[in-house]
Amino acid sequence: MSANQPAPSNTSAAGGEAVAALATATAGAPQPPAAVRKRTSRGKLTARRFARNKLALVGLGILALLFLAAYVGPSFTKYDYKFHDYMAFNAPPGGDHWWGTNQGGQDLFALTMRGLQKSLVIGLLVGGISTLVAGFVGAFAGYYGRWVDKGLTWFVDLLLVLPSFLIIAVLSPIFRNASWLIFVVLLAAFSWMITARVVRSMTLTLKDREFVKAAKYMGVPGPVIIFRHILPNMASLLIIDTVIQVGAAVIGESGLSFFGFGVQAPDVSLGTIIADNTTNAPTFQWLFYFPATCLVLIGVAVAFIGDGLRDAFDPNSSGAKSKGRRRKALAERNEAHRKATVAGGSRDVLGTS
Amino acid sequence: MLRKLANYLILVTLAASLSYFIAGLSLHPQANYEGRNPPLAKSTISKTLDDVNMNPDTPIVSRFATWANGVVHGDLGKSIDGSPVNDEVGRRIGVSTRLLLLATLIGSVGGVALGTIGAIKQYKFFDRFTTLASFFILAMPVFVLGLFLKLLTMKFLGAGTIHFTGETDAEFAGRWDFAALGNRAEHMLLPGLTLILLQVALYSRYQRSTMLDVLGSDFLRTARAKGLKRRAALVKHGLRTAILPVVPLLVFNIVLLFIGATFTEKTFGWHGMGELLINSITRNDVNTTSAVALFTAGLVLIAGLLSDLLYAALDPRVRVR
Repeated sequence: MSANQPAPSNTSAAGGEAVAALATATAGAPQPPAAVRKRTSRGKLTARRFARNKLALVGLGILALLFLAAYVGPSFTKYDYKFHDYMAFNAPPGGDHWWGTNQGGQDLFALTMRGLQKSLVIGLLVGGISTLVAGFVGAFAGYYGRWVDKGLTWFVDLLLVLPSFLIIAVLSPIFRNASWLIFVVLLAAFSWMITARVVRSMTLTLKDREFVKAAKYMGVPGPVIIFRHILPNMASLLIIDTVIQVGAAVIGESGLSFFGFGVQAPDVSLGTIIADNTTNAPTFQWLFYFPATCLVLIGVAVAFIGDGLRDAFDPNSSGAKSKGRRRKALAERNEAHRKATVAGGSRDVLGTS
Repeated sequence: MLRKLANYLILVTLAASLSYFIAGLSLHPQANYEGRNPPLAKSTISKTLDDVNMNPDTPIVSRFATWANGVVHGDLGKSIDGSPVNDEVGRRIGVSTRLLLLATLIGSVGGVALGTIGAIKQYKFFDRFTTLASFFILAMPVFVLGLFLKLLTMKFLGAGTIHFTGETDAEFAGRWDFAALGNRAEHMLLPGLTLILLQVALYSRYQRSTMLDVLGSDFLRTARAKGLKRRAALVKHGLRTAILPVVPLLVFNIVLLFIGATFTEKTFGWHGMGELLINSITRNDVNTTSAVALFTAGLVLIAGLLSDLLYAALDPRVRVR
């Protein structure tokens, strides 16, 4: 049963659309309009557009594999990342040590997988938290203006003026003996400000747009306007930003760890592994290439996913549909629109978009 | 405008003071002298630390008062080995500027250009290639990129073909004649390339995404409809609008690069401000660390003012306010 599972699910990804299209087509014709008409929900539409993007799927695949490798991989090798193999110093990849060993005889595969775990978790946490904070702060500052804006902008400015790398580095003795979660909080605390400024300036422009004004004069409360009208209009920016933030967090973490200011000694991250092996890297190149490749793969995978999401979310983006299909969809829509107006009046026939 | 400037000055003062307190409380300058063999007398250590105003036995507030008084009079204090921080910082700013100026200019302009072209030719080969390349570059920490370039040149050109450690070879140090300039350019090659690649990748990503948002807009169609050529419409109406959200980012990133070049400087052995930051922290050098913080804060102030001015100059909607 498990053997033939992948095949049908594979074909249904392509075929499902056709079936769905057929279903809406047949359902749409005889039924009365608006009330019963089946709408494709925005989430579904986005997911479908996302699945059409090959690079995004590749990114998702890479990330899933990395997670799998990081958490399941270590149980397949007999070496613990803390174990020093005194029979193999700087051993090349192959044999028992799949990715070779470092100067201290530690198995590079076990070590890298352990570092991968840390880097992945830290990156995702920091990226999510910081974009969330940036969206909230930027939008509220921009929308409410006056003293809210002044206070928040001032706070953002203060944090921007504080040299983050330096402060985290100086504070590193604090989390040397405590949880790495403090490190995550510090990284997040210093990575949302520039985005918040961009969000704020975009909110200033959006605030004067008709749909926001209309909502305002209808009596919609401010927070609702922000979450329903302002932030969704920046979805592409926020998503791109989350992506860049996750990537940046992984890079920031590895950078601080590279200098010894990040993840601390008994624990390892990809940054500390690369740092520990810098001097040996020119001679024993696997010491650099394996952990560095993992690091780069995280970033690349996350970036692919973000790009795919951007296209999926943005109704204007032409890349969301393949060219031929887009032209066809456009023609269909125009035709439908013409028919509707000729028939005397119902508004947007297509519902979506 | 003046009120804004005053506000920024307060911010910088506050940030610098905060940094001093954090550094003063968190770093342990006495660690440099303890545990030596033969052990130093406690009074000797105390005396040495007093000389540089870093004695942890003195209350932090009074240490801060001494430091702040010096800073107001243009004296950043003494570093842990007793030499004035002013000289050190002055020398290193020169090094960082020489490393970064050209790279930043090329990187910014190149990034915006590539991003714009990428958006206009979305999903064509050029766009796909630059997108993929920038994804890979942005996924690399700078030290990985730097090390990678080093390993590549060593592998394909042989070790020692390009000299990339430090600003010059020893015999050219401090010289600016023709031969020395050539040597400087050679040393600039890899770190410069690292920085340019990084910035082009970063800016092109942002520029591409804002440009794409603009490309589907009605005003661009209007511009075309009133008879503008495609290129003119794209540059005059499209690019000008699309570059707006990128401007604050651009300014901040350009100015902040002077401290952000930490990794490049460390990887390629340039003795600039970035290297100073790491060295001062590992040496528990409170005064130098605070000086770097002050320098950074000052740069952010300049960046903030610049980006405000530029934004107002470029976007009429802000100017009305």
